[in-house]
Amino acid sequence: MNMSTKVSINPNFQFQWEEKQDCYVLLYPEGMVQLNQSAGEILALCDGINTIDDMNKKLCDKFSVSDLTKDILSFLEEAKNRNWISYE
Amino acid sequence: MNNEIKPPLWILLELTHKCPLECAYCYNQLDFASTKDAMSKEDWFRVMEQARQMGAVQLGISGGEPLLNKDIVEIVEKANDLKFYTNLITSGVGAPEGIVQKLKEAGLKTVQLGIQSHDKNTMTLITNNKSSYEEKIKFAAEVKKAGLQLIVNTCITRQNIHQIGDIIEFAEELGANYLEIANIQYYGWALKNINALLPSQEQITEARKVTNYYREQRKDMKVFFVVPDYFATRPKACMNGWGTTFLTINPDGIALPCNTANTLPLTFPNVKEYSIEEIWNESSAFNYFRGDSWMKEPCRTCDEKEKDFGGCRCQAFALTGDMNATDPVCIKSPEHGIISKKIEDSVNFSEQEIVYRNRKNSLLLMK
Repeated sequence: MNMSTKVSINPNFQFQWEEKQDCYVLLYPEGMVQLNQSAGEILALCDGINTIDDMNKKLCDKFSVSDLTKDILSFLEEAKNRNWISYE
Repeated sequence: MNNEIKPPLWILLELTHKCPLECAYCYNQLDFASTKDAMSKEDWFRVMEQARQMGAVQLGISGGEPLLNKDIVEIVEKANDLKFYTNLITSGVGAPEGIVQKLKEAGLKTVQLGIQSHDKNTMTLITNNKSSYEEKIKFAAEVKKAGLQLIVNTCITRQNIHQIGDIIEFAEELGANYLEIANIQYYGWALKNINALLPSQEQITEARKVTNYYREQRKDMKVFFVVPDYFATRPKACMNGWGTTFLTINPDGIALPCNTANTLPLTFPNVKEYSIEEIWNESSAFNYFRGDSWMKEPCRTCDEKEKDFGGCRCQAFALTGDMNATDPVCIKSPEHGIISKKIEDSVNFSEQEIVYRNRKNSLLLMK
């Protein structure tokens, strides 16, 4: 995984905003993960088009900070271990 | 009070109770033959919309055999449009040609396929359907070809418990993403057939050992193992608590807090007369076992009552005749002896013939 990697959500999962729960959730067979804000914002950009560099820029703009690379990479590593995402 | 009720997260639609299989442990009620397929496509659409509006996210589509409902593709499509996570629970038998690809295109996420054994004769013995073996293998291949996620469900009884290792390998050959090995729970048809089905404690210990061995070896297929509560010391937290998470709608349109709740002496509302919100929040049946004021001793003062909610109400009623009683699988239950007796009987009367789950037997049992 590097800054030009494009990340997608595993198609067996379903990622969406849930109004009633006021958070993003990830659905899988007979289960659900409620995501905290940063996890939700990162996964929302895992569309197979954005590179990690793009994701960093977009999130930095959105939250007015200078660099989130470390947070993004560490979350994506965890997400990969849980099989939530895939990348080439 | 109503403000404390959390909305349902998980809805199960039982589209029909017709089924090509006659499994001896089916969870459908003994009198399922009196259930009619009374729900139209529009009725199913409406209940899905109402449940989704409340915040439900998981949708199970089951039966009987749900593929026998001619509106299945449209129902899946609607569920997907509403952003449910869709899960088809099927026997894979009698499936119309090309249905799997159509369901995939309609947005289906997961298929749960019941596989009773890697061995044809054992499968026929359990399902009483001679073509089930070939049809299931073909169906599994279609699921994988369509790119759908496959979960293999294997119900464990005395007939197949010694085959666990072979069944795990078989599920892997079929390309399963998950394998759920579930020792059956003894209600309805299973309770009727308990002497023919219940494995011994030694068999379960051995099966668990084999499962753990395979779990260590295979990392890409997740394997779950559900123990039968007859050999536990505490009851299971049935349905994560009555009316907290789960709602089933049967082919008549009756809404239930669990698949077998209408075996209890309570009156359950019909979705044709009430909205899901009214049923969930206001019906006396859904409120009946919420909280702990219904509990008797030893549950009432038990420090584990928040953990298991006194166990399963259907089991308490079926075995003790009192739906408010402690689930007798709990060793604290004054009626735990019923369980020991059941286990003893299953050894002494192990030759008992299986009563298959079919319309004829259902009608006979209703008399």
